[in-house]
Amino acid sequence: MPVTLPAISFRNVAKTYSGARGAIKALDDVSFDIHAGEFFGLLGPNGAGKTTLISILAGLARASGGTVKVLGHDVVTDYAAARRSLGIVPQELVFDPFFSVREALRIQSGYFGVRHDKKANDAWIDELLANLGLADKADANMRQLSGGMKRRVLVAQALVHRPPVIVLDEPTAGVDVELRQTLWQFVARLNREGHTVLLTTHYLEEAEALCGRLAMLKQGRIVALDRTSALLAGTASTMLRFKMDAPLPASLAAQSRVTGRIVQITAHDAHEVETILGVLRAAGCQPEDLEIGRADLEDVFLEIMNGPPRTISQVRVAV
Amino acid sequence: MSAVNVLSGTSTLLYKEVLRFWKVSFQTVAAPVLTAILYLLIFGHVLEDHVKVFGSVGYTSFLIPGLVMMSVLQNAFANSSSSLIQSKITGNLVFLLVAPLSHWAWFLAYVGASIVRGAVVGAGVMIATVWFAPLHLANPLWIAVFGLAGAAMMGALGLIAGLWAEKFDQIAAFQNFVIMPMTFLSGVFYSVGSLPPFWKAVSHLNPFFYMIDGFRHGFFGVSDVSPWTSLAVVGGSLIVVCALCVHLLRVGYKIRH
Repeated sequence: MPVTLPAISFRNVAKTYSGARGAIKALDDVSFDIHAGEFFGLLGPNGAGKTTLISILAGLARASGGTVKVLGHDVVTDYAAARRSLGIVPQELVFDPFFSVREALRIQSGYFGVRHDKKANDAWIDELLANLGLADKADANMRQLSGGMKRRVLVAQALVHRPPVIVLDEPTAGVDVELRQTLWQFVARLNREGHTVLLTTHYLEEAEALCGRLAMLKQGRIVALDRTSALLAGTASTMLRFKMDAPLPASLAAQSRVTGRIVQITAHDAHEVETILGVLRAAGCQPEDLEIGRADLEDVFLEIMNGPPRTISQVRVAV
Repeated sequence: MSAVNVLSGTSTLLYKEVLRFWKVSFQTVAAPVLTAILYLLIFGHVLEDHVKVFGSVGYTSFLIPGLVMMSVLQNAFANSSSSLIQSKITGNLVFLLVAPLSHWAWFLAYVGASIVRGAVVGAGVMIATVWFAPLHLANPLWIAVFGLAGAAMMGALGLIAGLWAEKFDQIAAFQNFVIMPMTFLSGVFYSVGSLPPFWKAVSHLNPFFYMIDGFRHGFFGVSDVSPWTSLAVVGGSLIVVCALCVHLLRVGYKIRH
């Protein structure tokens, strides 16, 4: 039976930055694989190490230890093949102000050595422009584009050399609903056509909807790695939601998530729901619009991030 | 990676760097040509009737090759240094960093574009100033050799400065406190042979002097030092600067963390 190479393989990846206050461990012994054709999510709070890990993958930073491979190509010793397999959409909204959209895409494709087949390449550029709603901006200078349009060009630049592995580093940060829809439809189509997608995002509903498997990073370490459905099923499966104007009783405040008037409390079973309601009644609280629902990825994420530190053996790993 | 891919990547980066300065040619080509014309008009007017160089060469004729070479050197440096620092500060260097380009591709493309800009500005200065005084070409090969070597060395030096600098101020300081004095004190406006012994000896420590002197030899067939001596100094300096530049690119100095 033929062995299929992982699309991306992280093995014992470590990264230490030396700063004024001594060495800072940005990544600590990170190991996991992303299989070919997966739509994989990498989640974590700010400073967890997501962008550092992607920077090492892309060759923007060098690991202090461990190895990273893209389709079997080491990103350091076989960087050319590794980078040709990768399309990176960077987190920062960057652009070259000297060029038009079409010029920027032609130049980017040239860096990857695909300009020798100009006809096929220009046809692909036209397809990218059409799919990302940029057809009428092809000859506009990059400076003239709105933030959302510039974000679309970044996506097009990452895809212009038809990479089998696509990395999206918070691609929807600060962009409007229309672009999100356009972008996710297009990326989902590419995933269906066989492209592997690695996504980092703070929008957990996007990760839940799109990613078949997830890894969560906390302080540079993997704290969860599993199928999205398994993570949702395995952690607090019930969530009590209600609206309330009065402050929560102190015994509930610590385990609650409060957004304005909306309160969400994890409840593992019916008995726990009844206990919570009893505490509220005893405190004279009047919860409104009370509902009991399944926990979403945000709940899972918060439970894992706010939970006690885990050893590697406790991390849920399914590969 | 196939040879076609490697060449395509390098040639694309070279094309992009040339297109970048060409799109703002009013600033990158026309402005230095105008500056050189002003130098020629002012210094030529003041000194033409008072100074003869190498025995019989008129001052304006002497000045023209010096201005051409000075423009070549300064613009070759400006091209690579300004392009790299702009890309670093605006963040668009990421497009290059994620591409499968080797450090040699970066080196050849950036230095190649610097040579192109130096040649375009140098040709512009030559075309604009040649009408002011008689000029002949004693040995065009020396002109080509020193023009090319000088532009390549300054392109590589600009690349080093662009890698090292973290803000525009640092590039400006490098340009104003290193490049400008070394070019002005290299014999562009005077023959080093006319200096007192101490300053003559100091000038001989300046590699820019050999670039200007060797370049000028191609026009007049005479120079302050032998063109072969100049070639040895310029060639040696070029090798050292290029080796350092390639090394910094290979290790990703200040661009890959």
